[in-house]
Amino acid sequence: MAESNLIGQDIVSRDLVAKITGRAKYAEDYRAEGMLFTKLLLSPLPHARVVSIDLSAALAHPGVIAILTADEVPQDEFPFEPCLTNEPRYEGEPILAVAAVDEMTAADAIELIRIEFEPLPFAIDPLDSLRPGGPNATLMGNAYLGREVGEVKWEQSVFDAAGPDGMPMGPTEDEWEFGEGGVEAGFAKADVIVEEVIYSHSATHHPLESRTAMSYWQNGKLYIHCSVQSVAQSRRAIADRLGMPFEDVVFVSEFCGGGFGSKIRGSVTEIIPSLLSKKAGGRPVMMRVTRNEETAFGRARPGMQGWVKMGFRRDGRMTAMDLYLVQDTGSYARQGDTSTAADCASLIYTPETMRFRTVTVLTNTPPRAAQRGPGGAQGVPMLEPVVDRAARQLGMDRLEIRRVNGPTAATRFGRGNTQLTSCYAPEALSRGAEMFNWSERSARSGQRNGSKVTGVGLAFSTYYGGTSGWDGLLVIRPDGKLYIHQGVGNLGTHAVMDTARAAADVLGSDWEDCEVVWGSSSLHLPHSSTSSGSQTTHAHTRANHAVGMAMYGLLQELASLELGGSPSSYAVGNGRVYRIGSPGSGLTFAQAAQRAITRGGKFSGAVLPDDINEMTRNSATALAGQGLIAAAKDTYPHTARTYSFVATFAEVEVDVETGMHRVVEVTTVADCGTVVHPRSLAAQANAGVIQGMGFARSHKWSIDPTWGVHLTKRLEAAKPPTILDGPTQYHFAAVDLPDPQNPVGAKGIGEPPVGAGSGALLCAIEDALGGLYGSHTPMSPDKVLSIYENEGRVASGRLAIHV
Amino acid sequence: METLDLRSQAERSFTRRTFIKGVIAAGAVVSSSAYLFRTNGSSASAQAPGSVERLITLRVNGQERRVDVLKQETLATTLRYKLGLTGTKIGCDRGDCGACTVLVGGVPTYACSLLTHQVRGREVTTIEGLANGDQLHPVQQAVYDEGGFQCAFCAPGFIMSMVGFLQQNPSPTIDEMASGISGNICRCADYPKILKSAMRAAENMRTV
Repeated sequence: MAESNLIGQDIVSRDLVAKITGRAKYAEDYRAEGMLFTKLLLSPLPHARVVSIDLSAALAHPGVIAILTADEVPQDEFPFEPCLTNEPRYEGEPILAVAAVDEMTAADAIELIRIEFEPLPFAIDPLDSLRPGGPNATLMGNAYLGREVGEVKWEQSVFDAAGPDGMPMGPTEDEWEFGEGGVEAGFAKADVIVEEVIYSHSATHHPLESRTAMSYWQNGKLYIHCSVQSVAQSRRAIADRLGMPFEDVVFVSEFCGGGFGSKIRGSVTEIIPSLLSKKAGGRPVMMRVTRNEETAFGRARPGMQGWVKMGFRRDGRMTAMDLYLVQDTGSYARQGDTSTAADCASLIYTPETMRFRTVTVLTNTPPRAAQRGPGGAQGVPMLEPVVDRAARQLGMDRLEIRRVNGPTAATRFGRGNTQLTSCYAPEALSRGAEMFNWSERSARSGQRNGSKVTGVGLAFSTYYGGTSGWDGLLVIRPDGKLYIHQGVGNLGTHAVMDTARAAADVLGSDWEDCEVVWGSSSLHLPHSSTSSGSQTTHAHTRANHAVGMAMYGLLQELASLELGGSPSSYAVGNGRVYRIGSPGSGLTFAQAAQRAITRGGKFSGAVLPDDINEMTRNSATALAGQGLIAAAKDTYPHTARTYSFVATFAEVEVDVETGMHRVVEVTTVADCGTVVHPRSLAAQANAGVIQGMGFARSHKWSIDPTWGVHLTKRLEAAKPPTILDGPTQYHFAAVDLPDPQNPVGAKGIGEPPVGAGSGALLCAIEDALGGLYGSHTPMSPDKVLSIYENEGRVASGRLAIHV
Repeated sequence: METLDLRSQAERSFTRRTFIKGVIAAGAVVSSSAYLFRTNGSSASAQAPGSVERLITLRVNGQERRVDVLKQETLATTLRYKLGLTGTKIGCDRGDCGACTVLVGGVPTYACSLLTHQVRGREVTTIEGLANGDQLHPVQQAVYDEGGFQCAFCAPGFIMSMVGFLQQNPSPTIDEMASGISGNICRCADYPKILKSAMRAAENMRTV
């Protein structure tokens, strides 16, 4: 087999020219003959029931073609989220949709609709909802009890005991504990115990491209152009939402203008144009989603209100962690962020004992979804400043306390006593400390220059780094090229191109002789993972390696049948299958493709392996006869859990007169296995850190508690990070040691930098403030000032949500 | 520079207030809903008073284009929906994000915040107008060589800002460069790589 050639190289993504010349087509860039436009009628109230709707004037309005109401769209029992509703549960939830010849006509028609609402009680703050007699976000109740929604109210005494700035901790719905004797025994062994109220805010994802979609029907098939993170799995999800077989959906999403978890399998609203188009006799319908609408139904990260208590021995070892989190899951689906935060904590600190309690509360605020590093990105910045406080009390270096508690390859962690496929966390911490010059810099902490105080911090973050068991699909066509079909999304991580290298390397192919096929189901794509949760790099280097091996075997077998000799006497490389020792012999890929077509059977795709997914089978069958076709499922062993690790170090300068802070220096080191694409990896890591820092300092989310309306709808108000919010240079390195359970050694990297970035920033700010209080986001200048001037007090309240 | 006449100077001090004034002066209603436009007069209500359309000539990417434009129509809408130039992206439609940045008389301008009627007789350059056939503009080439951008929805706007800024300041420091393109947001936050691309672009521009 050929040596790895492409893995580890900087190769510019094939699609970059299209992106920088304006030729790349995102969802809103498609046009279709006779295209109509949609406007939505959104709920002005955070919770209401539609009493009556009079559409007559709107329907009579010239240019209006169709109106779609909640009665005509799939509805199921709560927590199913319909695309249109008659019981809106948050301000901005879509109620009905108008299709007209143009947008202004559709908007005019919306103004002509007479609609009457009955306002219902609404809940904005989970803790308010848990009070005796507090409001419920839904008619069924206010909290999740398993998969069901029910009512959870705590006794007044719980709130009285907590006091104004304390965390009320009533009975929770979910609880686990591990370690001998439980946390009680763990705390008994501790020399130092720290406890803290911790808080992480909600935040809209705000991909720059909103979730626009355009659809039409032709000959019984639905054509949909939309913006999603994953192609194969979104096609399936949209077909499911419409109750139709996925084979009847032609799904196009070649470029996705950002998702960050908000577009994993597409959106509930994406089917609105499909349903309207059906009503309009198949005419194309474009639904452009505005920034305000994106804030309303474009998803957000769940907020958390909580408390943590940690116990440490004198040597820094964590003997116990007791973590309590209330999750704000918004108005629909239950998110798993608090549980993931606990899992990540159990891995980065490997506490000897740990207890975790959580309750997931519904509020009349936008629906939540996974956002880059879901759980980890909230847990790390809440917990890392508390660990720093313990280190200060122990008189211990803050890097050292993380080394003492951090995982190694031999670690078994958490409630499942989970084993890792690989772990080079100690190497990441050491490398980062060296690059950042931790020992020298940390000596500067607290140094004052006028009103500016230097703070130094580090945070250590982790996330699940990849799934397995997906399919790969390759075609060698008579043009001699290797076509690598990818059903993952093209969301900017370059994974759609980069994971294809695994197949090319197995076959010793020149990258110039390879074509990556992606972005449209009409091109016949395999069953691929979602592009989310840092899984793609791991999952699809595996799947592409597996299918590369299958193709290798087919080429050997084909050469043996055509030219004689045993299959094992042939090798593959440089665009041909040749007799070992004689690289110029055998068949070129072009000849092999031709022979495969003639021979048929397993060579041409007419006969396929049994274990591949139905979607891959359909695609391979559609391609059958066009060349030499290999389809395979990744069946490589995956006997432990794959995690990646990131350490970020930051220096900040905090102006204690204004509360403003400036990030001076940032260094990040990742353990994500073998590096596939160095430049792209550095960009992913640095940008994840910047997103995390933006989340921790400026990216706001504010909802008016009196009226339940969103106040941070525009980017100008939400303040995601800009190019001026950090230093001009970020330092990054990868440990670059292989994971033994991935054939190319790679692990995912998308998620963990976010928590590392936000954690490092909060730790550095806390450090500049002399260790006062850092477990709070967003750490805006007013909060910094309040903490500094009032010895840790946050003027708006440590647990005040949506402010 | 010759292109920087008084009108361009005025353009640089362009604000949301002047935009709204422009809309009001044009006799149209400012709607609270973003993203609104009318297509080529196919609507029956196009005959309503105050919605008279006008055929004007625009100079876009070196070509004269005749186009039917409503009084309240923004340049971003005209480019995308009347002229087929979809490289100009709409990220916020309110001058917050810069995804729609084009050059008007050589000056980077948010096309979502400018009425098409305001650019009559002015040279408009969009992302589609930079490359010469298959040959990339030096700024695009720099971005390509650095593997710039992730999702790249912001890329056309950023690149137009870089081109415009480098025309005014061909030898910026890295801080000046960051400042010069700070009117654009990249939600992927790929700022270090964007900045590296921009500095390489400055080098490329100086050697052209």
